[in-house]
Amino acid sequence: MTIVNAVVQGIFLGAFYAVLACGLSIMFGVMRIINLAHGDVAVLGAYVVFVIVDSTGMSPFVAFVVALPVMIVLGYVLQLTILERSLKSGILTPLLATFGLSIVIQNLLLIKFSPDVRSLGGNAGAVTTSSWQVTSGLSVSALGLVILVVAVLLFGALQLFLSRTPAGWKMRATAEDADAAELVGINSRDVYARATALAVAIAALGGLFLAIRSVFDPLSGPTQLIFAFEAVVIGGMGSLWGTLLGGLALGVAQTVGAQINPEYSVLTGHLLFLAVLIVRYGGVRVSLRTAR
Amino acid sequence: MTLVRVEELDCRYGLLQAVRGVSFEVALGETVALIGANGAGKSTLLRTIAGAHKPHSGRVLFDGTDVTSMPAHRRVSLGIALVPEGRRLFPSLTVEENLRAAAARKGRWNVQSVLEVFPVLQPRRHMAAATLSGGEQQAVAIGRALMCNPRLLLLDEVSLGLAPIVVEAVYRSLAGIISEGTTVLLVEQDLARALKVAGRVICMLEGRIVLEGEAASLDRDRVVEAYFGLKRPA
Repeated sequence: MTIVNAVVQGIFLGAFYAVLACGLSIMFGVMRIINLAHGDVAVLGAYVVFVIVDSTGMSPFVAFVVALPVMIVLGYVLQLTILERSLKSGILTPLLATFGLSIVIQNLLLIKFSPDVRSLGGNAGAVTTSSWQVTSGLSVSALGLVILVVAVLLFGALQLFLSRTPAGWKMRATAEDADAAELVGINSRDVYARATALAVAIAALGGLFLAIRSVFDPLSGPTQLIFAFEAVVIGGMGSLWGTLLGGLALGVAQTVGAQINPEYSVLTGHLLFLAVLIVRYGGVRVSLRTAR
Repeated sequence: MTLVRVEELDCRYGLLQAVRGVSFEVALGETVALIGANGAGKSTLLRTIAGAHKPHSGRVLFDGTDVTSMPAHRRVSLGIALVPEGRRLFPSLTVEENLRAAAARKGRWNVQSVLEVFPVLQPRRHMAAATLSGGEQQAVAIGRALMCNPRLLLLDEVSLGLAPIVVEAVYRSLAGIISEGTTVLLVEQDLARALKVAGRVICMLEGRIVLEGEAASLDRDRVVEAYFGLKRPA
């Protein structure tokens, strides 16, 4: 029964990772940008929600809806000002640019909010503490369930957007061949900026869940980035449903590892990631060979 | 009436000069063929008119408007559509999604009317473009450009890599499109075909126009001379 519980808790944890990874996957899928500031953008989103909650006393879930337009505009502007320029000068420049952005966001947050650790768990009401005891060895938390449902709805909605709407076709067309897309009347700059806006908004959702289910501080971003990145790679770069499954697999690996020994939690996640790299890409061996 | 006018156009790729001081006009309703050997600058010229390549100097005027610095997608909304060399379809999108993604201007062409002109696509409409044969892909590429309801249709080597019987079918469909009054500027390697389909022929050599005239009035030997640069004009 303990293993069943570990898997169930892993699915809840994995749904959280999938939400974090979703924006990363979109930006890689559409623009081939690996956004190293993605975790920090999520944490920035958490702080925006925190400021709204702190000054108005509203529920973090309502505050997130208020914060959403801010994050969307931020994403759009981020693309047009920094990422678009970096994309023009090769594949390495966006990596460097987002790495720099990561440092800037962390330090701005440090200046404004100090290194204090914060949480929105207390402001979210009963959802953080409620749970159902299914059997003696298995309990389901309300928050875990909320995150799982939101994650599935989110990926489902994105799937519908990309496969059923003209804006979705245009985004996929631009992702596959931006120059050809321009030639059939698609404004590729605008599509890219929309994709980044979408990614930043979803990152903020990940930040909200982070803030409610545990704690955050200005330097929490890179850890979130690693889990998000692993979820994307496990699921297959550029595949949306793969990212959801990758997140779930990572979550389950971590909780099952923790069941064996609590120290193994993060390690088993990394091992799964490495195993996927080796099996799918023959990755580690090849990269060592070419590095020499 | 002049639909497109190119003035003293210079196009470069780094140090390589692909188009050198080219000027010409295409009138409304005309079909003009650009011919010339590989590397003569034909594709670059088409791409520059469509906005996919920024010229070094010179101007492109479309319907009296200077579009030289206008991004490609805005030229499409004015009515310029290019069927690029190598087709450049969106491989994972279905045939219908490829067409619908391109609906930039309203007009005579829609998914239904494109499928009527290319009936071979009807059974393929929900299949990914990557799974289609070369001829079918070319039909999608032309159909996708038509979805933009262009006033000027630019065709870059639509017969490249296709079996002769498929080329025949593609040109039969094109003849229908041309007869409806769409202005067409096309690049074609096959001299005989170019002279047959076009009202006027422009021959390029090493980035310059070396011969220009009515297709009916040009004799084949002069065209061949200009094509290969056997007798350089002074």
